[in-house]
Amino acid sequence: MSRRSVRTVSIALVACLAVATACSSQGGAQEEEKNSGGGGTNTAAGPRLKMAMVTHAPAGDTFFDIIRKGADAAAANDNVEYTYSNDGDPTRQATLIENAVNSKPDALLVSVPAPTALRASIQKAVAAGIPVIGFNAGREAYQDWGAIMYFGQDEGIAGNAAGVRLKEESAGKVLCVIQAQGQSQLEARCNGVKAGFGGEVENINVNGTDLTSVRSTLESKLRQDPAITHVITLGAPFALTALQAKQASNSKATIVTFDTNSELVGKIESGDIAWAVDQQPYLQGYMSVDAAAFYIRNGNVLGGGKEVLTGPAFIDKSNIAAVSKYAKAGTR
Amino acid sequence: MSQTLVAPPPAPQTDERLVRKSMLGRLMARPEVGALAGAIVIYVLFFVVAPPFREAPSLATVLYQSSLYGIPAVGVALLMIGGEFDLSAGVAVITSSLVASMTAYQLSVNVWVGVLVSLVVALGIGLLNGYLLVKTRLPSFLVTLATFFMLTGLNLAVTKIVSGGVATKDISDIDGFDSAHAFFASDVVIGGMNLRITLFWWAVFVGVATWVLLRSRTGNWIFAVGGADASARAVGVPVRKVKIGLFMTVSFVCWFTGMHILFSFNTVQSGQGPGNEFLYIIAAVVGGCLLTGGYGSAVGAAIGAFIFGMTEQGIVLAGWEADWFKFFLGAMLLGATLLNVYIRQRAETRL
Repeated sequence: MSRRSVRTVSIALVACLAVATACSSQGGAQEEEKNSGGGGTNTAAGPRLKMAMVTHAPAGDTFFDIIRKGADAAAANDNVEYTYSNDGDPTRQATLIENAVNSKPDALLVSVPAPTALRASIQKAVAAGIPVIGFNAGREAYQDWGAIMYFGQDEGIAGNAAGVRLKEESAGKVLCVIQAQGQSQLEARCNGVKAGFGGEVENINVNGTDLTSVRSTLESKLRQDPAITHVITLGAPFALTALQAKQASNSKATIVTFDTNSELVGKIESGDIAWAVDQQPYLQGYMSVDAAAFYIRNGNVLGGGKEVLTGPAFIDKSNIAAVSKYAKAGTR
Repeated sequence: MSQTLVAPPPAPQTDERLVRKSMLGRLMARPEVGALAGAIVIYVLFFVVAPPFREAPSLATVLYQSSLYGIPAVGVALLMIGGEFDLSAGVAVITSSLVASMTAYQLSVNVWVGVLVSLVVALGIGLLNGYLLVKTRLPSFLVTLATFFMLTGLNLAVTKIVSGGVATKDISDIDGFDSAHAFFASDVVIGGMNLRITLFWWAVFVGVATWVLLRSRTGNWIFAVGGADASARAVGVPVRKVKIGLFMTVSFVCWFTGMHILFSFNTVQSGQGPGNEFLYIIAAVVGGCLLTGGYGSAVGAAIGAFIFGMTEQGIVLAGWEADWFKFFLGAMLLGATLLNVYIRQRAETRL
């Protein structure tokens, strides 16, 4: 770089910083700091435990972020230290599980969307005497693959509940939006919706890593088929995108969704999105760590070996007030 | 002693380079003609099979989605004409919006400050790509693949550290949001059609790039660098500067796209973006840019983006079975590109 360009760049940077400090704005982090208060407790309940959590989460997923916040909170409360790894591809997730087993944790916490592919790796943990807790995905066969407890919702039951509610609201035609083509738990939700609703449900695949493309595709779909009365998305960010698509295409369809995040809660408050099926991911993360700690330190098994369902619960206008402050703190 | 130089009698026009081509012939030899034919065929196809495709609002959506592939593709096409690749473009879009959003939110400053800081960061990424390329002489495939992974990781990790979550906070109540939104992500109603502003910016970028390619010295340099690197260097073309500049151009258009995404969704999710770099390359290639460099046009890349956007939305508008979506997409792209190649060959042999 020539000296002149070095000088230009430094002047630009200084100018940026000067502007940054000079023109303070409303909103933003400073406001957030003013609003938030309080603090957590951090009580040690026994010798420090080491755990490993391996999930099938895609990178940067807002839903799994809430699970991790729950796990973080439990880890802080229970004097647990845990490592986290994730990969959406079953063969790579299996490798991650084996790596975790090799590090000899006190407990292994896993989400298992593909039991047949992951069974062998998980059973290595069982063989090594490491207690395994399942959460979020893998309910159908968690005892087969060796978990002693399971926290999550049944995708079929959750989908079914959503379908029944759609039927109560006398929906005409439902569009079920799948953000990653070919994932079994997503298909299971849409199938559940279909079973509970009993009417016409059409699935549509969108490219979940590109929200503008999701928006355009839904815009096109809503124009193509005016018979659609309800759009159900399988994740909160896609519900917000579907809302924009609805506005752009002048559709009258009602938007409903699985799962929440803080932005979505605001849209339920304002009535733009009718309701969300909540599987309480914070609880899934928290309970996995907490129950594992209890099991190791006190021999407790929650649910008597039966699955503990964390959902489905509905969030709508009637109960949104109670939920919204938690959602803004990232725990719902 | 002076000598009178007798000019040799003008040679009969045997040299084919001197033959004046007909207007039509010259037009047919343009890189984008084949792509245009492909676009027309696909347009007619969907016009026939998908009734909603015929309506103006649907066309607006198709054009909008095409513009989001097309704006980055302008830079990517220039870079490909210059003989290089950029695999980090898809993630760099999201990096730009993350930087802008987090700067504005965390420092509680006017969003335009965030926009400018992210422009500096984005151009820095292009500079880094270009600098590494000319310094290490590694293929651009490798250099930008490395940047791709690093940016993917940084996007997730830094977002998590800074904002405590995997998505950035909503910045819509911060000063300057409205003007930035108007600049990057507003709608314009023309004749009852709701057109997004990216469409106009796209046209501007294509226009500027075309002018640079065809009417400026830099344009000659780009073709020279991509077509014959060594000879370009020999005749004094600043090859390194041109390549670094091209990478920075890609960064600029990616930054612009990132700003659109930020101001139309208010928050950005850090895991978005990977995979889109291929769509930009697809747009450029379908539009007639050669993968080997030295040939192509910005208008062609725009038509390529339009073909992709039209096919993607057309399949939905036609109501074709969702499970087959990607198959149809691939098959139609193959068809459009084959037609493109066929027409170009016909055009070249006829001259």
